[in-house]
Amino acid sequence: MAELITYREAVARALAQEMERDDTVYLIGEDVAAAGGVFKTTPGLLERFGEQRVRDTPISEEAIIGAVMGAAMNGLRPVAEIMFSDFLATCWDLVANQIAKTRYMTDGQVALPLVIRTANGGGVRFGAQHSQSLENWAMSVPGLKVVAPSTPRDVIALMAASVRDPDPVIFFEHKGLFASRGEVPDGELVGQLGEASVVRSGPDATILALAAMVPKALQAADELAARGIEATVVDLRCLVPLDTRTILSTVADTGRVFTVEENPRLCGWGAEVVSIIAEEAFYDLDSPIVRITTDHIPLPASDILEDATIPSVTRIVDTVTRSLD
Amino acid sequence: MNVAVAAGPDLDTRLRIYRMMLEARRFEERAHQLFLEGLVKGTTHLGIGQEAVAAGFAAAMRSDDLTFCTYRGHNHTLLRGAPAGRLMSELLGRSEGVCGGKGGSMHLTWAPAGAMGSYAIVGAHLPIAAGAAWAAVERGTEQVAVCFFGDGTTNIGAFHEALNLAVVWDLPVVFVCENNLYMEYTPIGSVTAVERPAADRAAAYGLEGVVVDGNDPDVVYETAADALARARDGGGPSLIEAVTYRHGGHSRADPGTYRPDEEVRQWLARDPIPMYRTRLAGAGASEDQLGGVEQSVESWIEVAVEEAKAAPEPSVDSIATEVWADGGSRWRN
Repeated sequence: MAELITYREAVARALAQEMERDDTVYLIGEDVAAAGGVFKTTPGLLERFGEQRVRDTPISEEAIIGAVMGAAMNGLRPVAEIMFSDFLATCWDLVANQIAKTRYMTDGQVALPLVIRTANGGGVRFGAQHSQSLENWAMSVPGLKVVAPSTPRDVIALMAASVRDPDPVIFFEHKGLFASRGEVPDGELVGQLGEASVVRSGPDATILALAAMVPKALQAADELAARGIEATVVDLRCLVPLDTRTILSTVADTGRVFTVEENPRLCGWGAEVVSIIAEEAFYDLDSPIVRITTDHIPLPASDILEDATIPSVTRIVDTVTRSLD
Repeated sequence: MNVAVAAGPDLDTRLRIYRMMLEARRFEERAHQLFLEGLVKGTTHLGIGQEAVAAGFAAAMRSDDLTFCTYRGHNHTLLRGAPAGRLMSELLGRSEGVCGGKGGSMHLTWAPAGAMGSYAIVGAHLPIAAGAAWAAVERGTEQVAVCFFGDGTTNIGAFHEALNLAVVWDLPVVFVCENNLYMEYTPIGSVTAVERPAADRAAAYGLEGVVVDGNDPDVVYETAADALARARDGGGPSLIEAVTYRHGGHSRADPGTYRPDEEVRQWLARDPIPMYRTRLAGAGASEDQLGGVEQSVESWIEVAVEEAKAAPEPSVDSIATEVWADGGSRWRN
């Protein structure tokens, strides 16, 4: 049996699955309890698990992240919501200086099994301070695991894996995908961090994508097929750990590589992935690797401007077609 | 504003506190000396002169209570129970160090004794201490988290976020401002809107403004015992401002010359250790008892220093360990 649910419903289902299983799992954040989250990703959890385990906080991102860090040190497996990923900038000391480095700096004395969930990405006309794709910030700091699912099924499976993981995980939920639907099976669903998914197979090109860029890459692949180009599409799902094995294996199969990245160009995840391919699979390549990214600019709010900034299906199709000519 | 008055702990407790203060003093004097010999690297931030706060609290805390302190944290980490030889080894960057040489002077942790870290980014550990206290409530452990910080911390956002959350959630956490009158090189009064950097902010969070003599370990002990008991009984957080003085500068780079000579002289005359010795002698401690403590600490520190000097350098193989819970550092397959 399978059921069609939205990406936002998958968030609540995943948290409920883990909170039901383990009574040390707690959820805190701004408006997560009584209001069910400003993106309605946590409705029903307060009623089901009570006000001790699902708790509203003040608008105090440092206090929220500090609280889950301290709680993880002392026996809980807490989950914090940072409403917009852009707000991570207000508590980045706790994330990057404290949480990421504590196990290492204490030589393994202190473990921090915690998850920071956050609504990430653009496409919803919120402007430059509420739309960024910030996976790369987290990816650049040793000690953080970085997850960014593209489907309701992966939201559940990877949230479960993140909650159960003994290390800190930054879990990016894409705002532009909250209303999207997908099938999920009945019963408990638990995935594995660090496994990319080959969501389409074709011999002519590999398109590497993450989060909201995955459905765009798939749609582009369908249009490319109509032009006689059969592409492989890989959903990376996690940036840390990174499934380089799957990436390199598809590169060997197709010899042509494109990344589709929502982030501004400089130091995007694709730059790291491309450097790995260049070092380890250079002789598998039949043509230069091409990165399709947002330009290196803040994201504009206007629908026309935002749509022209973030990689679109048309841009992917045109770029791949031109490169393969 | 309240100035707590101490009834005074019993003589055994006082002798224990005296020993703790002496241990902290000798430990830091030797750390300083080893720095000058080139064996302690980087920098050090000494708490010489401030031992009464660390000792008074450590003596009053339960063994499973949790301490969070700052880069000026040798004394707190030591007095909660970190083994002195391994603590000194950490300052020397040796493999026997409490953090395997990965922490250093500013980043000391000894989790087995509840010393949950010295935090070197000002303010970060206040919300972390609140979180540890939150977990204590949810797990029903009756632990209290004690968070030490300097006067300069009262002007950073995390201080205010943590106090507010701790009060709203009624958490068993004791916030202790070690007000040594200087924010690094700058007099705290010249950069703070109120006279008492911590206590004058307490009312904003519905807390009592408590100022104590941080050079009087009996006062600190009694104040700590009250705050710990209240927190353990569900009475919520406290904010205590302990006024004290560091005998030296902010760090190794700072000779502290910006401080008026007369001020330094007056505070040196209020050195908590000789003052306490005099008090204990007047309160029934014999010269044999006091001398016995002193002699024992002298040999204790020699053992610790020798252990640290003899400890092996870390293997470079340890560099890539303990990034993740699997013990390693792999970020890809």
